Amino acid sequence: MSGDGVEIRLTLNGEQVAARVGEHDRLLDLLRYGLRRTGTKEGCGEGECGACTVLLDGVPVNSCLVPAWQARGRSVETVEAVPEEELAALLESGATQCGACTPGVVMTAWWVRRNRELVDTHSLRELMAGNLCRCTGYDGIIDGLAAWLASTASGEPGGPG
Amino acid sequence: MTVFLPRDLDEALELRDRHPGATAVAGGTDLCVLWPERVAARRDEWLDLSGVAELRGHEWTDGALILGAGTTYWDVIRDRRAGEELPLLVEAARQVGAVQIQTRGTWGGNIVNASPAADGVPVLMAYDAVLELRSRSETVELPLADFYLGYKEMRLAPDQLLTRIHVPRRTYDLQWFEKVGSRSAQAITKVGVAVTRRDGEWRVVANSVAPTVRRCRSLESLLAEGLPVSGPADLMGALESDVTPIDDIRSTAEYRLEVLARLLYWRLRDVCPSIT
Repeated sequence: MSGDGVEIRLTLNGEQVAARVGEHDRLLDLLRYGLRRTGTKEGCGEGECGACTVLLDGVPVNSCLVPAWQARGRSVETVEAVPEEELAALLESGATQCGACTPGVVMTAWWVRRNRELVDTHSLRELMAGNLCRCTGYDGIIDGLAAWLASTASGEPGGPG
Repeated sequence: MTVFLPRDLDEALELRDRHPGATAVAGGTDLCVLWPERVAARRDEWLDLSGVAELRGHEWTDGALILGAGTTYWDVIRDRRAGEELPLLVEAARQVGAVQIQTRGTWGGNIVNASPAADGVPVLMAYDAVLELRSRSETVELPLADFYLGYKEMRLAPDQLLTRIHVPRRTYDLQWFEKVGSRSAQAITKVGVAVTRRDGEWRVVANSVAPTVRRCRSLESLLAEGLPVSGPADLMGALESDVTPIDDIRSTAEYRLEVLARLLYWRLRDVCPSIT
């Protein structure tokens, strides 16, 4: 493609969507401006802070570092896909203050929540190390994630795995 | 700006051949930093390798771990066998950025991006990794230790792509990796070192202390010969012929050399009778 972009298809939060992306668009731009899913925020724009974290084929990535054309044929999940009732543990622990980092924090935590075996090899702090937060001092985030992991999700008959 | 989106390796090699100036991109963790500014500054051609299935994934053969160039750090971190057999790969991978970088950054990208601070390269070099370089007409193999010529210069022809990395499966009686950065995540290396020893044969590979990741052959000889060492200062002569650190935004030449010598001395003192 050269100049006028390319038509791509991807799965966004479980739905098939089509979009035209420019050569210079990032996945972050596609989400916010192309598809109007503005839950994902831009922080540093250089892959440092994690505010723009989304799940790409099920794993967390910085959407500011993904050229939009690399999302073709892939699955993207954003903060809009996280059920509100799932966020209780993070709300209660003080995992959010100013909120700038929160959409990214929620996405990484949501990924850990659904892949609990990660804690067999990784500490919660290592898993969350790519999400910078300048307010909470991190304890609220880590405590909230620990509580979230310990809780039983609605619609999860077996309870915590 | 033009972007080529090959769907398989043959198409990628054909595009590589026809557009030698195009920048190959896989995980984009370095190339896409400040991407809008980069795009505005340069009207470039890009060759996207993310859709090339042949470059992804890794496999264990009898003799080697074979990494597709597009294998991510995270792929290796999640392979329990890698942690058991080639633990330095996992240790180094876990210290690259954080999870969001590890899921995107690729071993092949780390090699051809040719940063002197690359964290994946020292451990691969300490394991005697061999690169598979392909063009439309041929496939050649080249030891990683012979790949770099100078700062961002390497033995990669304009029509070639790095396709696979062979890491020999061997047992080592010593293997060790240390990264020094400002913090434990999201930090670029100030000085790093990977060391292996097998049947008295040493590999010492340092990063962020030379224009390329650098095998420290003088130091390897000193260790193999068992020359007496009674403090970090006794390693300086060999190190000064092996590495040429500089002052930059992240550290100073003096700090880098001093820390490298101290890391090596204090770690190897326990395992080398000649170091007291």
